Amino acid sequence: MFGFQSSNIVSKTKTISRRMFFLNSCKAVILFVIFGRLASLQINKSKKYKTLADKNRFRETKFASPRGVIEDYFGNDIASNEKVYQLHIIPENVLNINELFLKLKNLINLSDKKILLLKKRIAKQKSWDTIVISDNLRWPEFSRVNLFLHELQGIQPVVSIARVYRDSASVHVIGYVSEISQNDLKTKKYLANLNVPNIAIGKTGLESTLDEKMLGSPGFYRYEVNAYGKKIRQVANNKGLKGKTFRTTLDQNIQMFAAKLIENISAAVCVMDIYNGDIVSMVSSPVFNPNSFVHGIDKKEWEGILNDKDHPMINKAISGLYPPGSTIKILTALSVLENDVVSPKFVVECKGYIDFYGEKYHCWKKKGHGVIGMRRAIKQSCDIYFYEVARRLGIDKLALTAKKFGLGQKVLTRFKEEKSGVVPDTKWKLSEKGKNWYLGETLHSGIGQGYFLTTPLQLCLMTAQLANGGFKIKPRIVIDDNDKANSLQKFLDYRKANPKDINSIDEQISNFNLKPLFKNQENINFIKEAMFASSNEAGGTSYGSRYNDKQFMFAGKTGSSQIKKFTEEQREAGVKQQDVTYMDRDHALFVAFAPVQDPKYAISVLVEHGGSGSSVAAPIAKQLIKRVIERHEIRIIQTNHSGQNV
Amino acid sequence: MPYNRSTFHSPFSIREKFYNLDYTLLFSILLLGIISIFAQFSSSGGVFDYYSKSHTIRFFIFFLLFFAISFTQIRFWNDSSIFIYLILLLLLIMVKFYGIQSQGSKRWINLIVFNFQPSELMKIGIILFLSNYYHRISSGDVNKLKYILIPLLALLAPCILVFTQPDLGTAVLILLSGVVIAWLAGIRWKIFAYLSVAFITLVPIGISFLKPYQKSRILTFLDPDSDPLGAGYQIIQSKIAIGSAGLFGKGFLNGSQAYLNFLPEKHTDFIFTLYSEEFGFIGSIFIVFLYSLITYRIIRIGTITRSIFGKLYCYGFANAFFIYVTVNMGMVLGLLPIVGAPLPILSYGGSSLLAIMFGLGIVMSCNIYKNNTIS
Repeated sequence: MFGFQSSNIVSKTKTISRRMFFLNSCKAVILFVIFGRLASLQINKSKKYKTLADKNRFRETKFASPRGVIEDYFGNDIASNEKVYQLHIIPENVLNINELFLKLKNLINLSDKKILLLKKRIAKQKSWDTIVISDNLRWPEFSRVNLFLHELQGIQPVVSIARVYRDSASVHVIGYVSEISQNDLKTKKYLANLNVPNIAIGKTGLESTLDEKMLGSPGFYRYEVNAYGKKIRQVANNKGLKGKTFRTTLDQNIQMFAAKLIENISAAVCVMDIYNGDIVSMVSSPVFNPNSFVHGIDKKEWEGILNDKDHPMINKAISGLYPPGSTIKILTALSVLENDVVSPKFVVECKGYIDFYGEKYHCWKKKGHGVIGMRRAIKQSCDIYFYEVARRLGIDKLALTAKKFGLGQKVLTRFKEEKSGVVPDTKWKLSEKGKNWYLGETLHSGIGQGYFLTTPLQLCLMTAQLANGGFKIKPRIVIDDNDKANSLQKFLDYRKANPKDINSIDEQISNFNLKPLFKNQENINFIKEAMFASSNEAGGTSYGSRYNDKQFMFAGKTGSSQIKKFTEEQREAGVKQQDVTYMDRDHALFVAFAPVQDPKYAISVLVEHGGSGSSVAAPIAKQLIKRVIERHEIRIIQTNHSGQNV
Repeated sequence: MPYNRSTFHSPFSIREKFYNLDYTLLFSILLLGIISIFAQFSSSGGVFDYYSKSHTIRFFIFFLLFFAISFTQIRFWNDSSIFIYLILLLLLIMVKFYGIQSQGSKRWINLIVFNFQPSELMKIGIILFLSNYYHRISSGDVNKLKYILIPLLALLAPCILVFTQPDLGTAVLILLSGVVIAWLAGIRWKIFAYLSVAFITLVPIGISFLKPYQKSRILTFLDPDSDPLGAGYQIIQSKIAIGSAGLFGKGFLNGSQAYLNFLPEKHTDFIFTLYSEEFGFIGSIFIVFLYSLITYRIIRIGTITRSIFGKLYCYGFANAFFIYVTVNMGMVLGLLPIVGAPLPILSYGGSSLLAIMFGLGIVMSCNIYKNNTIS
């Protein structure tokens, strides 16, 4: 019995010990796995999990830093920032939300619709997250709220800053800012990591193209939050970096003057320094109030802008496309001379119309100009003369000259809304329209009709490059610290100082790294002289708008871009532009440079559906030129003062 | 074999009992208990609140109980095994009828003075019962059908009762503890194979008893990132807490994950995460070492104990203890699904602490009466 018992114990013990040994080996393996896992998490991947833990515990509230200012040439603010009074609410601290809104309604302008919207937003958010009730209170409202603040638990009056535009004259160049949208986030990469709620960003114009730099870097408050998102304490804050300030070439004084000139019409004006391409003025009308967009435009105002037949939102100076009309004649003439098609002495007889291959082409002057040479053809803008020379020149050569002078391509790089226009030629027509070029189209192109499309700024650049003696310039509107010295001005200064330089003009030009747009500068001078005649000799198309004072005397070229061709019947009846409906009237154009003696500025004026260039566009140019020249001295002083390259 | 009084079943004096204690084991338990008090204190956000207070009180009461159990003769525990098992089984059945419903499961029973979770103690009860059973039968009978059926029934009854509470974690732990003892006692591999096949075919039926949250826990374990704010949240946050601690941890009371409430169930199942976040890799390894040391000392007592009951009990308890620890750690480290298994001693929870201290008490009793063969 005892023996059995003990042998039983021995055999049991043996089995137990053997099997326990196996289990203990398993334990060692399991321990090794746990050890490995701990090492992997806490040593190998520790950095990753530290980041994740910080992501858990830190929340940042970002706020926009002051937006960069846009200044004019003299350092005056065009777009700047102002103090705004805002009202925030923290729902957590509110005793009774309905009562609070009722009280607020008596103090500030708050519609029932807005209250409903706010309540919905409050319901959606965490109760400790701030909600903006109003982001732009007027001072009386704000002070009233402050007075009753002790009764308004949960309300926070906040003084913040927002964009403000002093006037609307430059609205198309500057653009406007408005609250960021879903679409902006998709299309603009630099906004992706911004994460500032309700930030105002640039939507059009320079506000849009310089947006990234003007935003600066946003500041933030960093809080530690618990698992439910409640802020426990503020850990850090950062003021952010103020946005970059940009100076432009615009003259605010001229901008406002120009805006006033074209206040009640649909028009655009451009003024450019002919040597350095600085755009002194660029105004489009009608204007709109950019401040309306900053805090959310109301529906009525927005619909008013949208339904305006004159399209206030469009910058007509760079986005409006118009046939250049007779203003192109100076290029047609130049092209003819440069290509030695005919000499300036070549004459044509204008009978008021001409037949080509069975089709009748009319001159604007029904009676005709009689026998006419090139100078008088430009001065009086004879269509018949230019039909004939354009026919001899051919469209491709004309197109080459037009492109050389800046037509058919964007003038500036800063505006996404700028259009390039069309300079038609045989190749263009084949690829765009799929058809061969007709000779009749050459004739139309010769007087700036047909497929030709230009912007007022392109016409201004064209004029500037003729006025400066035929040299290429690079227009600019934003002053960049990296802009190169202006070699054209240096060249002219050198010529003045050393009139007897034995080197040929070509050598001198290449010494100054200039790009002449001519073969023979005599041709350029001839065109300039003809433009002088057009404005200052009796019978010239813009003679009526001349200055006798040499200081302001300008040389220009009128143009009317046709919307609808007159029928034979209308011609017979002698219908005038004023008689047809507004939308069918021609656009009035005028380009000029001034002063004649020592040209400094080029100008282009467009009046949509204005009728004729001489009666509508030229008088506007006349007034504007005076103002521009009057301000030349002060501009030079500013230039020397700021050390900018002229 | 040296003769001493235990051979003749005569009781030791108190002094001799103290002399016979395994002090390495004793101090390891005490150290772990003290660490657990600090961990609970930190878990309450650095305040000595209800949780940390009651845990402290419980630990010291159960520590005294541990002595009382240790100083009771091992023969007594052997003899009352069946009785303890039956009482616990009865309590489990009572839970079915009179249990307290909480968060969708019935696990608690009101014993007037305190609420009590019989399933936790059943973890020890099953070890006691099976050790006693295999102590009694001869080694030749172990693999006979009749001697297989009784332990099988004794094992399945509490498992099914606990599983249907439902408490998947505890049911699995009871099952594992029992199976390990049966295997240690010498049941053939073949029989385990047959039973496993039967078990696997029954799994689909078992799954139908699972609550939706339990199903989602298993699914979430397989791919925690699929549901980062739901069930996977716990695993992800636990891994972040442990991983972000680095080598030396964030310091006592400085665990951001725990302090800012990102960590779920930080008093109970995720107490190791909280500790690990504060004390880092070094601290974690120390805790793993402490648990390994306790396991080793229990196994050592099993080896030197002469009775089969004592051997089976100590080995069985050592294995169960090791399983509790590794299942919990595996869980919080993202190696196993979240099944709801507390970490012995460290986790908050009276029944679990009582079960562990009770179990350890019997181990210590084995050490004191190691020469008693209980024939």
